[in-house]
Amino acid sequence: MSMNLTAVPLGFYLVLSAVLFTIGVLGVLTRRNAIVVFMCIELMLNSVNLTLVAFSAFSGTIVGQILVFFVMAVAAAEAAVGLAIIIALFRNKQTVNIDEINIMKW
Amino acid sequence: MSFEIIFFFFIAVLSVGSALFMITRLNPMKSVLFLIVNFFCLAILYLTLGAQFIAIIEILVYAGAIMVLFLFVIMLLNLGDESRLVEKKSYKRLLALPAALILLIEIIIGLRIPAEPLTLPPIAAQMGSVEYIGKALYTEYVFPFEVTSLLLLSAIVGVIVLAKKRSG
Repeated sequence: MSMNLTAVPLGFYLVLSAVLFTIGVLGVLTRRNAIVVFMCIELMLNSVNLTLVAFSAFSGTIVGQILVFFVMAVAAAEAAVGLAIIIALFRNKQTVNIDEINIMKW
Repeated sequence: MSFEIIFFFFIAVLSVGSALFMITRLNPMKSVLFLIVNFFCLAILYLTLGAQFIAIIEILVYAGAIMVLFLFVIMLLNLGDESRLVEKKSYKRLLALPAALILLIEIIIGLRIPAEPLTLPPIAAQMGSVEYIGKALYTEYVFPFEVTSLLLLSAIVGVIVLAKKRSG
């Protein structure tokens, strides 16, 4: 299995990652369902992972892929805790609409 | 245009399209399914970059575990469709302008990076294999690896405390 890494320039991967990240930001800013907001955060984490893997491959080192491994571990922990918070919120307020959840505001 | 470039554009369009569908579907279930499509596209891109281990983990952990958790919570809460995307607060729209500007700058910078020919060492093709990642994880990066286990443990405890029913 020989990969031709020179065929696709590094910039293409970076641009795709930037576009995906911006779509994630857009989703966080426009959606009101807390679960979908969480999914947009996962999308942003993944776009950054793409950047790390691309840099790792184009620099010939393994460090980027190690970092992606840790990002995934953090993302798994974050998703579990976030969804537990959403369940606790739903139990108390009967909604996951982030416009109606303002108990942290004063 | 070489085959690799065409393949990259096909996967890129697929992933951007599924991401756009994900943030525009009102039914959260459809959003989850489009996000899984996006994760598969990213896994294919990781494969083209020679990161086999990361690609498999992407599918196993993200599409397999995390998204099933999302699906489970959506089904548990039995949420209906989100109401139309009508913005009550308009200041959020103002944030779209800086976000778009940042994206434009990033695209310009990204495309200006020259496609310099790479002379990768022969080891680079297997660099993303389980063997190499495992060696690095258990020797050079063993301390962060152990700290990750603490992080996951604290996440497990936190989740149980948060999701537990208050027993008075």
